[in-house]
Amino acid sequence: MWQRIRSLIIKELWAVWRDPKGRAMLIIPPIIQMVLFSFAATLEVKNVEIAVLNRDMGGHSIELMQRLAGAKDLVRRVVVMHDEEEATAALAAQDVLMVVRFGADFSRDIGARRPASVDILLDGRRSNAAQILEGYVESIVDQYQGELPGAARGQQPTLVTRAFFNPNLESAWNTVPCLTAILTMLVGLVVTGLSVARERELGTFEQLLVSPARPGEIIVGKTVPGLLIGLIEGSLIIGFAHFVFAVPLGGSLWLLYLSMTVYLAAVIGVGLFISSLVATQQQAMLGAFTFVAPAILLSGFATPIANMPDWLQLVTLIDPARYFIVIIRGVFLKDMPAGLVLDNLWPMVVIAVFTLATASWLFRRRLQ
Amino acid sequence: MEPLIHIDGVSKVFGAQPAIDSLSVVFEAGRLNGLVGPDGAGKTTLIRLLAGLLKPSAGRLRVAGFDPVAEPAGLRDVVAYMPQRFGLYEDLTVMENLVLYADIRGVVGTERRQTFERLLSFTDLARFSERLAGRLSGGMKQKLGLACALVKVPKVLLLDEPSVGVDPISRRELWRMAADLVGQGIGVIWSTAYLDEAERCDHVLLLNQGKSLFSGPPGDLTAEISGRSFLVRGLGSERRQVLQRALKHPSVIDGIVQGANLRLVLAEGAPPPTPAELGAPPTASLDPTPPRFEDAFVARLGKRQTGDSPYAAREALGTAGEVTVEAKGLTKRFGSFTAASEISFAIKGGEIFGLLGPNGAGKSTTFKMLCGLLKPSGGIARVSGFDLMSAASQARGRIGYMAQKFSLYGDLSVRQNLDFFAGIYGLAKGGVPVIAKMVEAFGLGPYIEVNAGALPLGFKQRLALACATMHDPAVLFLDEPTSGVDPLTRREFWGHINALVGRGVTVVVTTHFMDEAEYCDRIGLVYQGRLIAEGSPDRLKARSRTGACPDPTLEDAFIGLVESVERNGRGHDAT
Repeated sequence: MWQRIRSLIIKELWAVWRDPKGRAMLIIPPIIQMVLFSFAATLEVKNVEIAVLNRDMGGHSIELMQRLAGAKDLVRRVVVMHDEEEATAALAAQDVLMVVRFGADFSRDIGARRPASVDILLDGRRSNAAQILEGYVESIVDQYQGELPGAARGQQPTLVTRAFFNPNLESAWNTVPCLTAILTMLVGLVVTGLSVARERELGTFEQLLVSPARPGEIIVGKTVPGLLIGLIEGSLIIGFAHFVFAVPLGGSLWLLYLSMTVYLAAVIGVGLFISSLVATQQQAMLGAFTFVAPAILLSGFATPIANMPDWLQLVTLIDPARYFIVIIRGVFLKDMPAGLVLDNLWPMVVIAVFTLATASWLFRRRLQ
Repeated sequence: MEPLIHIDGVSKVFGAQPAIDSLSVVFEAGRLNGLVGPDGAGKTTLIRLLAGLLKPSAGRLRVAGFDPVAEPAGLRDVVAYMPQRFGLYEDLTVMENLVLYADIRGVVGTERRQTFERLLSFTDLARFSERLAGRLSGGMKQKLGLACALVKVPKVLLLDEPSVGVDPISRRELWRMAADLVGQGIGVIWSTAYLDEAERCDHVLLLNQGKSLFSGPPGDLTAEISGRSFLVRGLGSERRQVLQRALKHPSVIDGIVQGANLRLVLAEGAPPPTPAELGAPPTASLDPTPPRFEDAFVARLGKRQTGDSPYAAREALGTAGEVTVEAKGLTKRFGSFTAASEISFAIKGGEIFGLLGPNGAGKSTTFKMLCGLLKPSGGIARVSGFDLMSAASQARGRIGYMAQKFSLYGDLSVRQNLDFFAGIYGLAKGGVPVIAKMVEAFGLGPYIEVNAGALPLGFKQRLALACATMHDPAVLFLDEPTSGVDPLTRREFWGHINALVGRGVTVVVTTHFMDEAEYCDRIGLVYQGRLIAEGSPDRLKARSRTGACPDPTLEDAFIGLVESVERNGRGHDAT
């Protein structure tokens, strides 16, 4: 039995590696996604343009304008507007994310120690970026206010923010480690789901079925290569995150690999499940993507699960990626204690047992 | 007058390999033109060149007065093309498919009504016009494909292997239809890998490796070897051994098993050997027989087969005379449909048993139950005494299986394929010497690191056979093993099978290919899920001998037996 399984595994690894298309499938998408997710899918606000409509042109408003322009990373340019229409048009055309409006009496009011106000118009279509920018502008105005002569020290509480685990709120620290979950999911599905379908198309599957190899052995022979290739790919991404993006790796690698193995087992179960239903590689591909897209959306990778409606939050409970992403973030950015890892590990164990068992059952049933 | 199709020095090169190699030939109108050759000879490439779907790498083509590349619009009006897998929409009915093709071709109004009427009666599909195309049998699909190609009457009809996967009955109908169309003045090009079909054509282009081996009436080619074909009769049970010896005789250039007899082709001017020279029993006689197209093809190729096989040297299994494969009341139901019903037979060691039958008759279902690919709804399939369901793994360790498509791992090298099959058949420790022996015996050494998918066809077949027999199975299952393969490769393959059988291995074959059926000791004919006839090829032929048909071929016998079941009223709506 072990010899048959060994032969099946070696054959599978060769088949994946020697097929130029299979090799490309394993190498190219991860590279593309790594680059895309790391650089393009950034949640930070950078290089925005701000419009200023200054009816005041006094010293105070000009000082504030310069301070706004001072944050080179965040604000690429401050554009001076001449009237209300121009400002609104620029906002509507998405040329600028925000319009800052100083009233005609702004500097005069400050000079007279009367309350002065700055208006901010935001582009609500880009709510996330707009909120971040708003916070930034607020902090500049607050700071300036504190420096004004006559502002009583300690009169107003000042908010000082410090982000734990990711002190500079680098978005790469957040996204890149999570690619481990997404890319290993793709690999696990492709290696198992497509390979069975390909063998069906070529007729080699029948050749396997008439050999003494039992269905269980064939399933193991398909699962282990997927697991091995997934682990290798996962290791590459972990290395990439740690050494290229300098994401700190605070927790236990051992726990991370344990979780990754369980996670891959759950995903491969889904892959085998798909492969037992389909007849061609094309159908397998469609099946895989029908699973991947929602699984990633519901994993909490891009959007917090807490923001989803309650019923959808319930659905996320069956998504193995949801648990694995918590573990990845925990192990990378902080030293997640074993107990917390286990809390997220056992649901994946349940899912893995369920998907693998269902797949084996379907697999055997289709053989008869 | 300009010929219908003029091919002048045409080549088509894919990569470095020429698929068509400076070919010059002429096809005339009003004739049934055969495009004959084994798989990979360049038939499909040539047809696609004629249809304007490929651009020739060199040379000039004219089809019905048009240059296929420069004048595609004109060409489309006069050429109808039916590819190997005709583009039928399987989820549309027969009628909806016809309507679609009529729309595409702009056939409307009364013309459409008349065309449909004519085509439906011509193809005998009127009864099925509301059936989904996907639910038609292989033969009916081909007929519908032909009907769709004919919605507009063409000058040239290109048929790419219309008879592949079609049972003898439907094949005969397709031939009748093609002959009809020729009678209407349409130039028909019929491509085929079945050499027996060549003899039905008015004119044949015999292609081999992209080159013309012969062009002319098929009778001209067979005339070349007239007087050189012989049947050796009265051989009893020894025909395979006699064949081995005959192939070593200097006068004999070709020989195959044909039912209980041997068919030999002699070298030019060679005297016929006496039965004693062939080591045949004294009852044997050597009688002249009309030559066949295939005999002439092999004679032209001029390469001799030796009949030697590495299997001959292996020790005998000692199973001769013992029942090794047994079907007892095998039944398979899919829902309310019974695909196979109460099928029983027993096959002995050292016997070749053929399962034949029309498409959808249940022969594949029976075959699959025998080798454990399908679970019977009732009855028992036993191999070497093991029940295929309760002791599946042991039973499967005793069988070898080889499918038509040579199920090898194309991206794995020859060595990796051999290693893998040695592994799953549990030969790990004993595997190394076995693999070495196989590599040597089949001459796979030079190809050992080559990907199986890139092997020449003959070597692919050897590798598949090596993989299927490495574990020394007692029973070998073959699914159309040599369909479309060139005659030399096919002879080599059957040489190995004969050697295996000589050692006591049991061989079960399922096929549509009458030449393969002739190699069998016994044939089981399956129709409508039942075993309707069983016996040696000669007995089946004898059963359908009539005054009108004194010397029936196996195909005649096949059709006769199926039709007699139909006539006796047991038949229902044949699908």
